[in-house]
Amino acid sequence: MARSDVQLMLDVKAGDDSSFDFLLRKYRSPLVNFLYRMVRDRATAEDLAQDVFLRVYRARKAYIPSARFTTWLFRIATNLALNSLRDNRHEKMAVSLDAAAGDEEDSAPRDLPAREMHIDQRLLERDRVAFIQRAIASLPEKQRAAVLLHKYEEMDYAEIAKILDCTEAALKSLLFRAYENLRVQLAPLVNPQAPQRAVERRPS
Amino acid sequence: MKCEKVSEELISYLDGKLDQSERGEVEEHLASCAACRTRAEEFRGVWSVMDEFPAIEPSLEFDARVRQRLAEEPRRSWVACFVPQARLALAAVLLIALTVWVAKRPASNPSLPLMPGEAAANEQDFNAIRNLGVLENYDVVTKMDALSELVPASKRPANQSDLQQTESND
Repeated sequence: MARSDVQLMLDVKAGDDSSFDFLLRKYRSPLVNFLYRMVRDRATAEDLAQDVFLRVYRARKAYIPSARFTTWLFRIATNLALNSLRDNRHEKMAVSLDAAAGDEEDSAPRDLPAREMHIDQRLLERDRVAFIQRAIASLPEKQRAAVLLHKYEEMDYAEIAKILDCTEAALKSLLFRAYENLRVQLAPLVNPQAPQRAVERRPS
Repeated sequence: MKCEKVSEELISYLDGKLDQSERGEVEEHLASCAACRTRAEEFRGVWSVMDEFPAIEPSLEFDARVRQRLAEEPRRSWVACFVPQARLALAAVLLIALTVWVAKRPASNPSLPLMPGEAAANEQDFNAIRNLGVLENYDVVTKMDALSELVPASKRPANQSDLQQTESND
């Protein structure tokens, strides 16, 4: 019978490094993808994912299975991603005062891809992916993390709420605002017939 | 059900996480409210569009890099677990060294046998102290405990009064 993640982690705690390798193989891809979508840079995402595994390994002796393993793993990943984005922003702000970006939970998306790109139903697939990527990146960080965990990691509300350290009700509200923002951002792709609605329906 | 309430439940509804009665209420509202219906449809559209964002594969050297970084980590000794700061550890070691050095000094070690000359000098010192004027009655001084039970100074012989004086001066 396959061992649960918690059992694997308890085996790592007991000194079994092969169980750590198993967890590494199982979660490297979800973690790298989550972090890549958070920070939008492949090399940074890989570095951060490695940091997550290093932290897990370092903390093995103190590991207590109080929550799901994935909750712990993605909580570390989310915190590292938020720190990295914050550090990056500080670096950019040191160079240019224009880099000031909305950090607030309810702030509007940072950029409007609809304005930057020529809207066309025949957008190439590559352009569509870049468009989606920018739309997700335009979300305030906590909204972005919530959407990624919900949409791509398919986690349930309770687990995402634990990862983001909020209540389930707050999470649902966060997700609603995030998808409202994305509905505006992605309108040209969702409703190619009526791209102009994107501007009219900016969230209040 | 009002639009506001439906907004709170919309994600759960689209995720299929509502129970039957809640689902019924949302669907009833959606049937009569075009704005909420459009929103629900477009949320589904957003999810569908988001599926176009392809997953990436971690680089081939990812695992090796993690293992390399783990191997590079300095192994923390058991001492480091108790004393995380190197300067604190150094201070503790210096303190212990100083204590040992002081304790090992020969002059303060009575277990070492005395040299003949040293013994004679000690004997001389002892006699000098014994013959000090204020300590005329050596036997009484060596039984100091008894002094506390002495009668008041006015009723005492002269030499005992001197001794009492010595004690109180100390």
